[in-house]
Amino acid sequence: MVIPVCRLDDLPRGESCRLETDPPVAVFHTEDGEIHAIDDTCTHQDASLSDGWLEGCWVECPLHASKFDLRTGRVDAPPARLPVRTHEVVVRDGVIHVVLSDAPPNLPPSCVAARMAGGAV
Amino acid sequence: MRTVAVVGASLAGLSAARSLRGQGYDGRLVVIGDEPHRPYDRPPLSKEFLAGAVTEAELSLEADDEDLGAEWLLGARAVGLGTRERSVRLADDREVRADGVVIATGATARTLPGSAGLTGVHVVRTLDDARALRDDLARGGRLVVVGGGFVGAEVVSTARGMGLEVTFVVAGPAPLSGVLGRDMAAAVSPLHGDHGVRLLCGTGVRGVTCGPGDRSGAERGRVSAVLLDDGRRLPADIVVLGIGAVPCTGWLEGSGVALGDGVRCGADGTTSVPGVVAVGDCAAWYDPAAAVHRRIEHWTGAKERAPAAVAALLSGGAAPFATPRPPYFWSDQYGVRIQFAGHAAHADTVTVEDGDPADRSFLAVYRRAGHPVAVLGVARTKEFTRRRRQLAADAARTATA
Repeated sequence: MVIPVCRLDDLPRGESCRLETDPPVAVFHTEDGEIHAIDDTCTHQDASLSDGWLEGCWVECPLHASKFDLRTGRVDAPPARLPVRTHEVVVRDGVIHVVLSDAPPNLPPSCVAARMAGGAV
Repeated sequence: MRTVAVVGASLAGLSAARSLRGQGYDGRLVVIGDEPHRPYDRPPLSKEFLAGAVTEAELSLEADDEDLGAEWLLGARAVGLGTRERSVRLADDREVRADGVVIATGATARTLPGSAGLTGVHVVRTLDDARALRDDLARGGRLVVVGGGFVGAEVVSTARGMGLEVTFVVAGPAPLSGVLGRDMAAAVSPLHGDHGVRLLCGTGVRGVTCGPGDRSGAERGRVSAVLLDDGRRLPADIVVLGIGAVPCTGWLEGSGVALGDGVRCGADGTTSVPGVVAVGDCAAWYDPAAAVHRRIEHWTGAKERAPAAVAALLSGGAAPFATPRPPYFWSDQYGVRIQFAGHAAHADTVTVEDGDPADRSFLAVYRRAGHPVAVLGVARTKEFTRRRRQLAADAARTATA
C-alpha cells in the first residue's frame, strides 16, 4: 500500500512526522536531505520514534536512548534488541509517499498486548 | 590493567561493563551484583510490570546474543573495598583483586521506622519488591501510597488502573514538587484527582499499625492503617512507601574513598582513590556549571555517564571528557507522559509556553536570568525533544565558552 505523507516542502530537514497507520509510521527528513520511513514505535517499549533525537541517519528513542539506523532499521545497543521495520519512501511530484512494508513489525510486548486486547496502541 | 571489577549489576554496572569492552579493554572483567538476577530494567517495576503487561523476561537489559566476556558474581554482596591492594571483599568472605574498580552499587529504598517485616508494607526498588507488590495488588483492597516522588506517583496511577481504592499521602505541597518545583508540580497534580485518587498533601507520616492477625497466624502482622502526623488514621490493606532512596555506600566506609551524599566524584566519575570510579545512583559527580556535587538518580544518567567514567578509569583520569547532557527523566501516569530535563532548582521563573495545564497537555520552560535551565513536557513529546536538544546544546556551549 502506498500512502501519501505530505509535501516535501512541508517537512523541513531535521524534522519528522508520524502517520496514524496501524501500527504508526515515522517519516524523517535528515539534515543531509534524505527521507526515511520506519515504524514509529520503539521495539523495546511504547515510545514514539518520531519524537526521538535525530542525529545523521540515526534516531535515538526518547526513553531508553537505543538508536535505530533509519536506512536499515538496525539498533545500536540494548535495551532495544530487535530492529525496527523500515518502509520504502518515494517522492513523486513534490509529495512524499511511503510504501508500507509487508514484513511483520517488531512491536514492543506492551503494545502487542494492547493490540490483542483490542485497545489503542 | 589486567582485572577490572564492576561492583553493581544493574544499569550503571552493565553500562560500565559495555563501555569497558567498547573502549577496547580486553582483560579480566568481573561484575558483582548483590541481587541474584542478571541486569534488568527498573522503571517498568512501578508501571507495566506491576500491571502485568510486561513479563520478567522482557525486563532484561541484555541482548540475547550479547557476550561481554565477563565473570558474573551474582547474589554476592560487596562488604568492603581495600584501596591499597584494590580488592573487593564479599559477604561470603571471597575477595576479588582488581587493578580497576567501578562502583555502581546504586541506592536502596528508604523505609519507615517500625515498618520492617510487616506484611502488606512495600517498597519498589528491586524485582523481588515488585513481585511481592504485584501479588498483593492482585488481591485488591485499600492502598495507601506514601511519598511524592516518581515511584509513588506511578504506583498510584498503576493501582488505579487495576481498580484499587487509592489514597496518596505527600509531605510536600504536591507530588513531584521536589523535581518539578512547586508551581509546575501543582499544575501536574490534578491528574490524580481526575482519576479518582484521594490526594492528601502537606502531611507527614508518623508510622503504620498492624492488625491483630487471624487464627491461622498467616495474617499475623499485616498492616492495618497509616498514621499521619496530624493524627488522622488511614485504614489500609496495602501500603507502599515511595520516600526516596539512600546511596549504597556503607561498604566503602573506612576504605579511603571520599563519601558525602554518595561517592564524591569529579566531573568524570573519578573518586578520591586512583583506579576507582563511580557511576549511577550511588555517585555524586561534580557539576562544574553549578559548582556542586550531586547524585543524579535517573535511568539516563546511569547509562550516559558510564562511558565517561570508564574512559577516566582506563586513562588514569587523563581522558578529555564531554559535558554530560542535562539530567533527563520521564514518568508515565494515567497514560500521560511527563518528561523533564535540566534542573528546576536553578530557575527563577517558569512559564507555560505551549498548551494548557487545564487540558493536561502543556510545555513549560524554566529560566534563570532569562536563560533556559530546564524544560517540562506533559503529553507534549515532540516539542519536548526539540527543547531538550536546545537545552543540551546550550549546556555544551556554556561549558566550552
